[in-house]
Amino acid sequence: MTTYPAIVKETPSQTAGPYVHIGLTPNHCGITGVYDADLGIEMVNDKTKGERINIQGRVLDGSGAPVADALVEIWQADSSGLYNSPAERRGEADPNFTGWGRCPTNGESGVYSFATIKPGRVPYVDGRLMAPHITFWIVARGINLGLQTRMYFGDEAEANAMDPVLEKVRQPDRIETLIAARKGNVFGFDIRLQGDRETVFFDI
Amino acid sequence: MQKKEPETGAFFPRDRTWQPIAYTPWYKTSILRSPQKALISLNNTLSEITGPVFGHSTIGEADNDLIHNFAKPGESAIGPRIIVHGRVIDERGHGVAGALVEFWQANAGGRYRHKNEGYLAALDPNFGGCGRSITDEQGYYSFRTVRPGPYPWPNGVNDWRPAHIHFSIFGHGFAQRLITQMYFEGDPLIWKCPIVRTISDENAVRSLIAPLDMENTIPMDAQAYHFDIVLRGRRSTLFENRLEGN
Repeated sequence: MTTYPAIVKETPSQTAGPYVHIGLTPNHCGITGVYDADLGIEMVNDKTKGERINIQGRVLDGSGAPVADALVEIWQADSSGLYNSPAERRGEADPNFTGWGRCPTNGESGVYSFATIKPGRVPYVDGRLMAPHITFWIVARGINLGLQTRMYFGDEAEANAMDPVLEKVRQPDRIETLIAARKGNVFGFDIRLQGDRETVFFDI
Repeated sequence: MQKKEPETGAFFPRDRTWQPIAYTPWYKTSILRSPQKALISLNNTLSEITGPVFGHSTIGEADNDLIHNFAKPGESAIGPRIIVHGRVIDERGHGVAGALVEFWQANAGGRYRHKNEGYLAALDPNFGGCGRSITDEQGYYSFRTVRPGPYPWPNGVNDWRPAHIHFSIFGHGFAQRLITQMYFEGDPLIWKCPIVRTISDENAVRSLIAPLDMENTIPMDAQAYHFDIVLRGRRSTLFENRLEGN
């Protein structure tokens, strides 16, 4: 068996700072003419397969105030549960869906949103199916190392109850922080960085 | 060139004693933005080991030239002209091909082009402050820019950021996602900076300081700085078809 030992250390993280939008979504903050469009803004097109949904929420700090200078990225499977990635070896994902989105939080309200599709189920390392979920990564001024979490779907109670990752969280009130409530085609998912209802973050 | 099989192994666990901790009260904004509960450990699943691909067609030819990518035709940004270059590798020392490297910075006077910016230094009409590059087969990236200035910021009553360039790196797996800052060799503000000091390990800080690279400096044009970036490495991929016991 070939194994590769770690020989160099990962580059240490530093905060994204107050101006992460300049670097990652310049058009959004008025720096136009450099890039045609900001990356990750459009996740779906007319041909994308699957149920159209919107995800919307706020990033909130420990006092409940909106984090207005954050950036949220998401990564998800297509409607059949396949990732559009070279590391996906189970089949070909929908070519009309990248699975990746990037959104700056609003400069006043701290709201982010994604127009996407509902993902299919993906197997856990032991082969059991995980409940449909979306992987989140959050950076901002004051966050020294990007935060990783997942969003699950409120209309998938049965699958959520059997999910091997939610199982690790154990406390039911903490699991709730990962489940987005459905209203029409909108799933609401607030991310609380701190406090009584602090979102569960993962060490992945 | 021979096409390599994509790697599918789980990433090495992140060393959280090497990375900055979340709660660093000397950097005041972290006080209310740091999670206080324990992170839940999660073995990498397909959701973490996969990630999107950014082809070279994603970006434009001038995207890695900050001296010109916002400037009026025939003009250029003001400031010391520099080249920043290096390799994106993983923890095993292998080059990461096709990584998306994005960077942003203040202008030569230490001023950002942003509506929330409060520093009185002048804006440069020919400097936007953002750029990007995709690494080649060996993991190399490079860009041209002007050396950013240091600037004061509201934290302590007299805190100044050392000159720095922000980097965002997208490797092959979503678990590798990383944002950091590059500093310049010899800057006396580095070791006084509360943000730098969110990292407790001195060697970790040193890995963010780019040395002047005279060998790649272009005579009568631009000084070069060398900055390598290390992303998380992957375990053996032999578990791919083994669904149990990994």
